[in-house]
Amino acid sequence: MKIKFYLNKKEIEIEVDPTIRLIDLLREKLNLTGTKEGCSIGECGACTVIVDGKAINSCLMLAYQVDGCNVITIEGISEDGKLHPLQENFLKTGAIQCGFCTPGMIMSAYALLLENPNPTEEEIKDAIAGNLCRCTGYKQIIDAIEVSAKELKG
Amino acid sequence: MNKEFSVIGKSVIREDAFDKVTGKAKFADDYKFDEMLYAKMIRIKATHAKINSIDFSEIENQKDIYVITANDVKGKNLVGLIKHDQPIFCNEKVVTPGDVIAMIVGEDEDKLEHLAKKVKVNFTPLPTLTDPTKALDPDSVLIHPEEKSNLIIHHPLRKGDIEKGFSESDEILEQTYTTQLIEHAYIEPESVIAIPKEDGIKIIGSIQNPFTTRRIVSLATDLPLEKIEVIQAQLGGSFGGKDDTMCILSARAAVASLKTNKPIKIKYTREESILESYKRHPYILNYKVGYTKDGKIKAMKIDILADGGAYCSMSPFVTWRTVVQATGPYEIENVHTDVRAVYTNNPYTGAMRGFGSPQPIFAQESLMDEIAIRLGITPDEIRRINGYKNGSVTATGQKLQNHDVNILTVLNKAVALTNFSNKWKEYKKEKSVLNEYEFEKPILKKNKFIDPKKLYQKGIGLAVSFRGCSLGAEGLDETYCYMSIEKNGLVKMLTGLAENGQGLRTTLIITAAETLGIIPDKIQFLETNTSLIKDSGPTVASRGTIMGTGSVKNAAEILKERLIKIVKKGFHLDDNDVIDFRENLVFSRKKGLLTNFDFVCQLALEQKENLTAIGYYKSPEVHWNEHNGQGDAYFTYVYGCQVAEVTVNIGTGEVFLNKITAVHDPGTVINRLGALGQIFGGVTQGAGYGIFEEITHEDGMIRELNFDQYLIPTAKDIDEIKPYFVEGNDIYGGYGAKSLGEPTLELTAAAIANAIRNATGKRFFNLPINLEELVLGKKIRPQNLNRGSL
Repeated sequence: MKIKFYLNKKEIEIEVDPTIRLIDLLREKLNLTGTKEGCSIGECGACTVIVDGKAINSCLMLAYQVDGCNVITIEGISEDGKLHPLQENFLKTGAIQCGFCTPGMIMSAYALLLENPNPTEEEIKDAIAGNLCRCTGYKQIIDAIEVSAKELKG
Repeated sequence: MNKEFSVIGKSVIREDAFDKVTGKAKFADDYKFDEMLYAKMIRIKATHAKINSIDFSEIENQKDIYVITANDVKGKNLVGLIKHDQPIFCNEKVVTPGDVIAMIVGEDEDKLEHLAKKVKVNFTPLPTLTDPTKALDPDSVLIHPEEKSNLIIHHPLRKGDIEKGFSESDEILEQTYTTQLIEHAYIEPESVIAIPKEDGIKIIGSIQNPFTTRRIVSLATDLPLEKIEVIQAQLGGSFGGKDDTMCILSARAAVASLKTNKPIKIKYTREESILESYKRHPYILNYKVGYTKDGKIKAMKIDILADGGAYCSMSPFVTWRTVVQATGPYEIENVHTDVRAVYTNNPYTGAMRGFGSPQPIFAQESLMDEIAIRLGITPDEIRRINGYKNGSVTATGQKLQNHDVNILTVLNKAVALTNFSNKWKEYKKEKSVLNEYEFEKPILKKNKFIDPKKLYQKGIGLAVSFRGCSLGAEGLDETYCYMSIEKNGLVKMLTGLAENGQGLRTTLIITAAETLGIIPDKIQFLETNTSLIKDSGPTVASRGTIMGTGSVKNAAEILKERLIKIVKKGFHLDDNDVIDFRENLVFSRKKGLLTNFDFVCQLALEQKENLTAIGYYKSPEVHWNEHNGQGDAYFTYVYGCQVAEVTVNIGTGEVFLNKITAVHDPGTVINRLGALGQIFGGVTQGAGYGIFEEITHEDGMIRELNFDQYLIPTAKDIDEIKPYFVEGNDIYGGYGAKSLGEPTLELTAAAIANAIRNATGKRFFNLPINLEELVLGKKIRPQNLNRGSL
């Protein structure tokens, strides 16, 4: 079936098999491999992308369901070659080790800041509770999100 | 030692971070090649079985589907890192449920999934051995009959006279502890691609140790090493876990690629990853300790049994570290230790961050607290009485010297930072505040209702450890670094050590920058490729920093010497003048600022100076007598102390981790950001080991095959982690930097266990101390393998 949606602010129209998942569309068909697959059952959050402002697990959504939606992936959050403050602060606070959870983690944080520009530490932890990280112990990730929220508020 | 550095010890952003935050970083599964085929594993639902026949007839006529079996393995089908006991394809029998019998290969993953069900394997189930305590019984099932016994290894250690030690003791305490099987749980499942080349093969994968992989692929394909090129993709976590499994997966992909002449990708689902990959050894630890009324430990008798599972893997080395460190950092005159690892039909066990240390630390640190409680002293006091000092002699007879023996320094620091003794005395319970359950009558009587005010109990506990750095007497320990300087002052470097996601490349860049007096941005780290540099041994045993910085510093010093000569000549300086390189600038002690680094490099190349060098670092000699477990096991050690502060809900058994204070002596901190990350991450993994993680199995069949059942810590599970570094002096490695990755993990479970004892008044002997263990005093398992409502 043919679907039409916004992907990283560009409108695209594409023929998709109704049985494939959103993550397959992104990784296999569109070659956007920044979105990662870690568990395929919605537990690890590595495949998190934004659909209409909400963080969703792209392994649990069928591709055709994004018809008419606005989808943002890790490849779409920096503008004019300039890193998004979340990306910049993930670098600076040491929030990255192996980096496999990083795209999903940043997308969950991105969705949080869209909805709540002024999150408390607990709200940040809630927002990334569905994103597993085995390397960092989360502390520097939480710091990165806190600093980014402050910067974005100006 | 001079610890005034310009780059070392600062916070430096990782060299690979930009790619990782933008989604550009390429992990193994992100690689695609033209005509690439996928491979699907064929397994059977059996723990131990003889394979009678494999029937591919239903799929043989399928177009473009290939069947890969042991017959396609041109080299050796039996491989392994130490013993060659693990088949690439199990054509005769399976000895554990993860075993792979054959592989089918084709273009469409979904179709392969469907076709795999049509492969008919005829097998005869064999009796299983899943209880390691029965492995050495004379009538036990043999996992590998050709080995003639299920004993993988036995490490004895004898020091002093154990009977004399017990007779000189006032009290003797004997306890048994158990630890569980756990999964590495790297977030990236295994993935590898083998690509045929003109006369060889190229492997790209989520590979921890490219040189080890090359060796195993060579064994399996019969290709010489130089025809196999192994490239490490960005590695999505390993923690020791992407070694054996990745070697075997790479070999399978290579075999299929050579047969089909096409690129072959193997990518595992999480379920396959947990099913087939090796895990942390479960241990059964018996400790008997004799001590005087003054708290001096006189004798320790230790008997440890490790479940090695179906294959040898790294069991001999894992248990060797255990035998060296089993007493903990305490000077004990009389020690008698036996550590054995045995084969069973369980999932096999091998290297995992900690590597044979978290298990004995849980036992020995629990034991030290029990002694303190019996003697009416605090946990820090008992450790001060027995802890190593400079010149102490370890259980292996090694005199601790040439470095700061900082065990009491880290202990005192942690105790002071947390107000430990006062809190410990305040929270201490004389007897258990937990209900004793009667399982026959599972109804609580009214007098057992918990007063809501007493529901939450606070506790504090600590644990200390010493840890030998690098491989020790496990084997040859050396590293290489190739370094060159371009005309524009750009430095390129390459080491034979692989990045594992922990930030090793950045650590080594900082070391080079410090030595050359330049900023880290001027240094580029080249891709790890087995065809380009000599094997520097694996990235294991927290050896990356200590061994890697040694060879990097050596290479940079060689180049710097040559640049100094050029500077002296070019600026007509006295021979006895001292040249300093700092932050891209070059200074003379007599004349001050001379020029910048780039200009000197330009000058050097104009004068045809050789600006390439090979750095080399070899560990000092170590010795080991395998008959009595005596010798200088490791050339240096690191020390750590962690304090856990918890709140226990004594009604539900939930343990809230309020604060973990982690004090570590890593020698020198190279990258502060990375070092802090090691502590946060290691503590978090250690906490998971302490209170919830466990792989359970029913007759070898794993229950927890994905993250819905195998729970690892989330962002919400630890309130606060406070890292603190005590930087001791050491003469080895580059700039005295030692190890940090593993020490951070090994202590946490033990510290939490001691905090739970402090909070509840009850000692727990079996990890993990999960809800059931805490409230009921035993583990509860599902009665079958069904998941959820299935």
